[in-house]
Amino acid sequence: MNTEILGVLFMFLFTIALGIPLGRYIARVYLGERTMFDRIFKPIDQFIYKLSGIDPMKEMTWKENLTALLTINLFWLFLTMAVLMGQHLLPLNPDGNPGMSADLALNTAISFVVNCNLQHYSGESGLSYIGQFMLMFLQFVSAGVGMAAAAMVFKAFRDKTTKTLGNFYQFFIKSCTRILLPLSFIIATILIFQGTPMTFEGKDQMVTLAGDTVDVSRGPAAGFIAIKHVGTNGGGFFGVNSNHPFENPTFISNIAEMFAQFVIPIAMVFAFGFYIRKRKFAYVVFAVMTVGFLCLAIPNVHMEMAGNPAIDRLGVNQDLGAMEGKDIRIGSGAAGFWSIVTTVISTGSVNSMHDSTMALSGMNEMLAMMINAFFGGCGVGILNYFIFIILAVFISGLMVGRTPEFMGKKVEAKEMKIAMLIAFLHPFIILTGTALAAAFPGYGEATLNNPGFHGFSEMLYEYTSAAANNGSGFEGLGDNTPWWNISTGIVLLFGRFLPIIGPVAIAGILAGKKYIPDSAGTLKTDTYTFGFMVLAVIALVAALSFFPALTLGPIAEYFTLR
Amino acid sequence: MKTHIIPAIRLTVACLVLLAVAYPLALWAVAQLAPNKGEGFLIEANGNKYYSNIGQAMNDTNYFMSRPSAVDYDASGSGASNKGPSNEEYLQELESRIQAFMAINPGVERNQIPADMITASGSGLDPHISVAGAKVQIPRIAKERNLALDTLEELVNKHIESPLWGMFGPKKVHVLKLNLALDALSSMKGGQHAN
Repeated sequence: MNTEILGVLFMFLFTIALGIPLGRYIARVYLGERTMFDRIFKPIDQFIYKLSGIDPMKEMTWKENLTALLTINLFWLFLTMAVLMGQHLLPLNPDGNPGMSADLALNTAISFVVNCNLQHYSGESGLSYIGQFMLMFLQFVSAGVGMAAAAMVFKAFRDKTTKTLGNFYQFFIKSCTRILLPLSFIIATILIFQGTPMTFEGKDQMVTLAGDTVDVSRGPAAGFIAIKHVGTNGGGFFGVNSNHPFENPTFISNIAEMFAQFVIPIAMVFAFGFYIRKRKFAYVVFAVMTVGFLCLAIPNVHMEMAGNPAIDRLGVNQDLGAMEGKDIRIGSGAAGFWSIVTTVISTGSVNSMHDSTMALSGMNEMLAMMINAFFGGCGVGILNYFIFIILAVFISGLMVGRTPEFMGKKVEAKEMKIAMLIAFLHPFIILTGTALAAAFPGYGEATLNNPGFHGFSEMLYEYTSAAANNGSGFEGLGDNTPWWNISTGIVLLFGRFLPIIGPVAIAGILAGKKYIPDSAGTLKTDTYTFGFMVLAVIALVAALSFFPALTLGPIAEYFTLR
Repeated sequence: MKTHIIPAIRLTVACLVLLAVAYPLALWAVAQLAPNKGEGFLIEANGNKYYSNIGQAMNDTNYFMSRPSAVDYDASGSGASNKGPSNEEYLQELESRIQAFMAINPGVERNQIPADMITASGSGLDPHISVAGAKVQIPRIAKERNLALDTLEELVNKHIESPLWGMFGPKKVHVLKLNLALDALSSMKGGQHAN
């Protein structure tokens, strides 16, 4: 069998195999049960609680928790903008990079606070090492915030009736110290020994075999790249992200980074099951997500390995697959697989250039972000899926003529309104943004790298990526303009915080309701029938909202290509 | 909101110390144990040092050539063409790359040119070429350097890096390592191009 396909299979199965025990560990961490790492982490946690004057045991309502969450995010936003605009005045800038313009700093700060990592700058020339560290800090804490929000929702369904959803600070700190930090440390160590630099020295010069002198960018990259994946952030240290031979030097580093970004989203599904003591429910969710994921991933691996039909017509040998924008050590199979992993979960790091992938591969990448609920980002993936569960509960309730219930709680008008709002917000911001960019060619068309249908895809991809807090791009787009910086900045904020506020609010409201024990007439949500129902709702919402736009972009391009 | 501002600031400071200071410093300490202290792996040859992961432009016809690059192997940055698969201008560029490749490799047919030799990599710094990409250049090198085809075939075969653990990922050839070995071979055989 082809070694490229074997490599892909290995990455996938290895990640799932380790995702289950990690899920159990995550559940224990949030429950406050004993784990084998307590001896190391307890003192660190205690130290942080003390330093920040926080009582981790104080139970808070969902409103208090969300206020705490939003306050600290707002503070990070201002702090980061200040650091990025003033980085040329600060130390640790060996390459003498300048401070950022206000609109670029705004976009970058928002995009890292919201766990998106859309990058309208290039790491080598746009950031000092202090700037890189500030962004690395955000990669940790933004992932921690997402996981803490998911933990609050977990809490809501463990207890029969509760007014409080735990303590945001405690969930947040534990996520950072006990899950993200140790995992990142292990991954970074692997990367260092594979050849990723971790140095504070600046650029170095080398004289090539041909006698040219070339500057080589280096830096403290390994730590950054580890958390960019573990926290499903995706912002690269170097401009071309995990294409760069320093960011992703070998096939081992490729496996390590793939595992790092994929394992927490998978583990969170199992953690949910362990936490609420309903394992079967988690298995069903996992099955639905896996089916959805494979429906996107398998075609992409196939299409990238098959190569570009337009290049076929030029008569060259395409046994390697579509190699434009791909490096040899990674290969087209692993690149096609990664292109879906990074878009279904909200990483957005790339190991091949998505702009140069095949037309329908590009469509699948966009669909993955438009759905945004197959595994999804650190913590937030499960929140997005939760919205679709609520919709499915409601629709199935109507179909069988019963009051919709979920986990023993009645789902009523208020919760439905929130769920609908969140479900429609996503297409609304994507399509409005794209429509505006397309309507003003001076802002939109002028920045494109490719003509025709593919050019439209570049704009659609950018807003989809921003709304899904993904951060990958059809990178040909000249996106460092005030238009793109500000418009995607707004989309980013909506796309992050409403999908956190909505599910936590629904969970908080449901948690406060009276518990109704299961009876013969209860709609069971842990069956595969219901799982299929959720999948149908997801497909319906995605198809109705996005297919018209996709027809104008990738689908039209596909028909011109063949 | 007010009650949360002070804890937010203090918590941020605490997390900065742990995540943005202690974490990178600990990793830096780990890196001191790695080859070349985490400053990037090197290949040393003929008193010169090269970054092994960073590809180099190779335009001399008597060396194995690297892949096309959107940034011409300028490692102070990195970049790809980002050309879409249906872009007409791009397809014309490919056609001219095919013509150029056939011009410097006389005797090579279109369908023998592997895709990697005419497409730009994702990083613009790809240090590898495919096995087919190396082999298709053998006749040219043989002529330029007065070496036997068999000798070069053997040289390339020796430089094929097999998939990880023999199972996972693609085969590849490291251009710089191959060219250094080529120089060594030429000088051993007393060829005129051993400089």
